[in-house]
Amino acid sequence: MIKLKTPISEQDIRNLKVGDEVLLSGTVVTGRDMVHKYLIDEKPDFIREDLKGSMIYHCGPVVKQHKDGSWSFVSAGPTTSSREEPYQADVVCEYQIRGVIGKGGMGQKTADGLKKCGAAYFHAVGGAGTLIAAAVKKVKAVYKMEEFGTPEAFWVIEVEDFPLVVTMDAHGNSLHKEVLEKSQKVAEGLY
Amino acid sequence: MELKQSVLELIRRAAVDLSPDVEKALVDAFNREDEGAPAKNVMKTILENVVMARKENSPMCQDTGTLIFYIDYPQGESEKNFREAIEKAAIEATDLQYLRPNAVHSITGKNSGNNIGINHPFIHFHQWEKPETRIRVMLKGGGSENVGTQYKLPYPPLKAGRDLKGVRKLVIDAVVQAQGQGCAPGIIGVGIGGDRVASYMLSKEQFFRKIGQRHPDKVLADLEIDLYESLNKLGIGPMGFGGKTTVLDVFLEAQHRHPASFFVAVSYTCWAFRRKSMTIKNGEVTYD
Repeated sequence: MIKLKTPISEQDIRNLKVGDEVLLSGTVVTGRDMVHKYLIDEKPDFIREDLKGSMIYHCGPVVKQHKDGSWSFVSAGPTTSSREEPYQADVVCEYQIRGVIGKGGMGQKTADGLKKCGAAYFHAVGGAGTLIAAAVKKVKAVYKMEEFGTPEAFWVIEVEDFPLVVTMDAHGNSLHKEVLEKSQKVAEGLY
Repeated sequence: MELKQSVLELIRRAAVDLSPDVEKALVDAFNREDEGAPAKNVMKTILENVVMARKENSPMCQDTGTLIFYIDYPQGESEKNFREAIEKAAIEATDLQYLRPNAVHSITGKNSGNNIGINHPFIHFHQWEKPETRIRVMLKGGGSENVGTQYKLPYPPLKAGRDLKGVRKLVIDAVVQAQGQGCAPGIIGVGIGGDRVASYMLSKEQFFRKIGQRHPDKVLADLEIDLYESLNKLGIGPMGFGGKTTVLDVFLEAQHRHPASFFVAVSYTCWAFRRKSMTIKNGEVTYD
C-alpha cells in the first residue's frame, strides 16, 4: 500500500503504475459536470490554490449542515468519470492537478493529458458512499453551492487514508482499456 | 398508520438497508474472487460499506438515485393522496439526508433542493382488484441508468435477428458496452417487445424480482441462466477491474409487439440495488 499526501510531486505520480493501491491524505476538491464545464469556460482563479498539486474528485456528496454552519459528508462515493472526458485533460494541465479520482475510467484524450502533465487516474469504489465519507475528516470550504446545487458544487475537503487504485498511470497505461479489449474478445466467442 | 410516515420509512430502508438477497449475492461474489486481486478488495469494500451504512443509518451510496414509485391500489383510493404523501416523505427524507437532492430542472439547470420537480418523483399507478395497497420504490442510480440502452431487431452490427438468439447477442453487447461504468457487478433487466416506452418499462420492473428468482417460462428461465453464466465469462469484474463477477443476475420478460417493431430494452442497475416494497392491509404496514 502506497501512502500519498498532498501536495504531491510530479515524480511521486510518475512512479505510480496501473494496479497500485494507494491511501490518500490531504486536500481534495470535488467537481463533476458543472464544475468541469465552468473550469474551462470561465477559468476561475479562486480555486487554483486548492487544486494545485492536489486531486479533483468526481463526486456529488450527501452533506449535512451543523447548527454552527459547518458541514460534514454523510455519503461520498465517486460518480462516473467518462462524462468529464471532453474537459479533463485541459483541466488537469491548466490547474496543475496531480490526480483525478472517479469511477469507470476515462478515454484516450485524458490518458494523453495525464502523461503530458504528470497526473494519474485513481479509482474509488463506486457505491461505497458511507465508507468513503468516513475518510473525509473535514469540509474546508464550499463554492458555488447556491448556483450549482449540493451535488455539483466545489467541496474542498480534507481526507485521511482515502483508499484508491491507480487504473490509469502517467505513462499512458489504462486498466480500463485492457479490460475492454479482453472482454470484447471474449464476447466474440460468446455470440 | 400515517401514509407519509410509512413511505418515509420505505425510502429510508431503500437508501440505507440493502436487501438480504442482494447482500448474499455480493458475499458469494466476494468468495469467488481470487485472493489479492483488486476485484477481491473491491468486493470487501462493498460489503463493509453495506454493513456500515445500515449501522450508521446513512445512504450506502451518495447517489440516492431517481425516486421511482410503483403503486397498486384497490378501487376507491385517491391517486392525489398517494402523490401528496410521497412528496412530503421525499422532502423529509432529503432533510434527513436519506436522499441527496437529485431533481434538476432540465432547462434552467437549477436543483430544486428537495427532490420535488416535474414528474419527480415518478409514480406508476395501477389499480388492482385486491383489498390491499402495495407501494414499491426504486432508487435508481444515475451512472447505471446511463448505461441502459434500447435496441431494435434485426441489429446488423451483431448479425442479430428477430429471435431469442438475437436478444441474447444484444444483452451481451449492452454489458460489454457498460464495462464497469454502471458500478459492476450489476443486475440486468431485459424487456422484450412492446413499443419503445413499454419496452423500457418492462425491463425496469424486472428489478423487483429477487436475485435467483427465475422466470416461470422455461425458455426464458434457461436463457436467464445462460446469460448469467456467459456474462460472467466476460472478465469485466467488480468496478470493471477484471474478475469473475460482472453481473449478479439477469431477469428477462416478454410482451407482445407490433409486427413491424421488435424492441429490446436492457436496463442496468448497480450492485447498490435499492428497491423495497410495503403492503398496507387493514391499516397494517409490512415491509419487504
